[in-house]
Amino acid sequence: MQALYAQLLVGLINGSFYALLSLGLAVIFGMLNIINFAHGALYMMGAFVAYFLLSLGGINYWWALLLAPIIVGIFGMILERTMLQWLTGLDHLYGLLLTFGIALIVQGVFQNYFGSSGLPYAIPDQLKGGMNLGFMFLPIYRGWVVIFSLVVCLATWFLIEKTRLGAYLRAATENPTLVRAFGINVPRMITLTYGLGVGLAALAGVLSAPINQVRPLMGADLIIVVFAVVVIGGMGSIMGSIITGFALGVIEGLTKYFYPEASNTVVFVLMVLVLLVKPTGLTGRAA
Amino acid sequence: MTALTDDTLPMTPRAMRDEMIVFVVMALLLASVPFTGVYPFFVMQALCFALLACAFNLLIGYGGLLSFGHAMFLGTAGYCSAHALKVWALPPELGILVGVAAAFVLSIITGYISIRRQGIYFSMITLALSQLLYFIYLQAPFTHGEDGIQGIPQGRMFGLFDLSKPTVLYYVVLVGFLAGFLLIYRIINSPFGEVLKSIRENEPRAISLGYRTDQYKFLAFILSGTLAGFAGSLKVFVAQNASLTDVHWTMSGEVVLMTLVGGLGTIFGPVVGAFVIIAMQQYLAGFGQWVTVIQGSIFVICVLTFRRGVIGEIAHYFRRSL
Repeated sequence: MQALYAQLLVGLINGSFYALLSLGLAVIFGMLNIINFAHGALYMMGAFVAYFLLSLGGINYWWALLLAPIIVGIFGMILERTMLQWLTGLDHLYGLLLTFGIALIVQGVFQNYFGSSGLPYAIPDQLKGGMNLGFMFLPIYRGWVVIFSLVVCLATWFLIEKTRLGAYLRAATENPTLVRAFGINVPRMITLTYGLGVGLAALAGVLSAPINQVRPLMGADLIIVVFAVVVIGGMGSIMGSIITGFALGVIEGLTKYFYPEASNTVVFVLMVLVLLVKPTGLTGRAA
Repeated sequence: MTALTDDTLPMTPRAMRDEMIVFVVMALLLASVPFTGVYPFFVMQALCFALLACAFNLLIGYGGLLSFGHAMFLGTAGYCSAHALKVWALPPELGILVGVAAAFVLSIITGYISIRRQGIYFSMITLALSQLLYFIYLQAPFTHGEDGIQGIPQGRMFGLFDLSKPTVLYYVVLVGFLAGFLLIYRIINSPFGEVLKSIRENEPRAISLGYRTDQYKFLAFILSGTLAGFAGSLKVFVAQNASLTDVHWTMSGEVVLMTLVGGLGTIFGPVVGAFVIIAMQQYLAGFGQWVTVIQGSIFVICVLTFRRGVIGEIAHYFRRSL
């Protein structure tokens, strides 16, 4: 039973990353109509920024949790201003191709300087150790990742669904021209949205640094799984992305326990099944 | 939705004649390679990728479907051909047939699944499916995991042509490439190809005209996947191995890059793009991961400033379809 709970916890952690990343993808897609292939590379950058902050600047984990998303978010906003904005009005596919190119560049640069091996990032002192829950031993850091991710996901949901800023955002998703006519600076909102989505990816990167090590290709395979998550959940609903992300992480964790050979492929197999039964995705509208 | 290509010129007899002239020139140039001292291995490799890119282009350039998983056909056909040649000791022609048949079956299955969604969802689904296959091949015993299938015997094609001789192998690969290329050319200019183009331009209108667009897209997917498989089978004879790199998503990305550089939706573009990218990899092999960075930069530059690609720009300048 101990092993089952341990795998469930691993599943919940992976689910947190899926949720944070697919949430960012959904937010970006809503505003920019772009599937951000660079999301995995920016997740990796988040982890690297945390690593640099600690090793070069002596800045600890807690500040990294705040600073890394901001730094990577600014990098993302520069990308949006200098490149992505020129794709408005073109076929969606060009956005995918452009961000794929950006992902190759970012990952290639990091691979050049850091190879493919992992750099260690220590768990902060306050979150070291674990506690005995009676039925299982819970490493505190892992519990923290799950709870903190959940809080961030729900905060993002609240921001978009319940605040005035979020209302502007949703309105601009539906009809940008009309929202501009009301005097709202839509291009700036688009830039900030991209920064927000990218910042969420970087935050996931910082959270994963102590667990998965910091590697240049840590986001490359992850992003493909997240794409499958997005296909399963559909990008129509924020809450849908969060729930699907966590649920698929848990299912993956269970698969690791009951049938480890399929743990790499279970998300993709589920995607196939969902497509066969309900082609628009679980929460999605027709594309 | 803006279309991928902006020049849709009518197919006049004159345009057809121009294309045939270019084709004959290309065939003659390629046929003369063994006499020029150019390294034939490089050209053979480029020809395999050129055929793969042409097959990919059939889907994106004429059906408007961006597959991000075409490596799965290349890799599957490669593994199956390699297994048939090495373990079952089949002659080369049957080895190719096994690989192409495998790609055919795979394209039916994956096409049936992925054709249900459009646009970027289609791209993400094909990418996820190819990643699924990647993990299956990583674990399946017959692919030998990280090592791949190595030392594949080349044998005698139809009992006549000794494929271990580089020149003979070169002409066999060239004939395979030209046959595949002509088949794609024929498909594009058939009534089926015209319907496909109309789906790319405006799918709702094609539906309202009474076309079952899903069936057309499905058939295009099968044709594209099977031809990509043919390229994978040919590649086995050139590289004499079948490995995981052929199924990896980076390979799918390279195919997209080749077609983008040459020109999406152009007939000769993918061929030019394949030669450019393979040559670049050859010359920059010493620079390690910078090759990835350069490839990424080409993606960015092409999308931002050079969306027609090499051949697309030339065709646009002369107002021809090439």
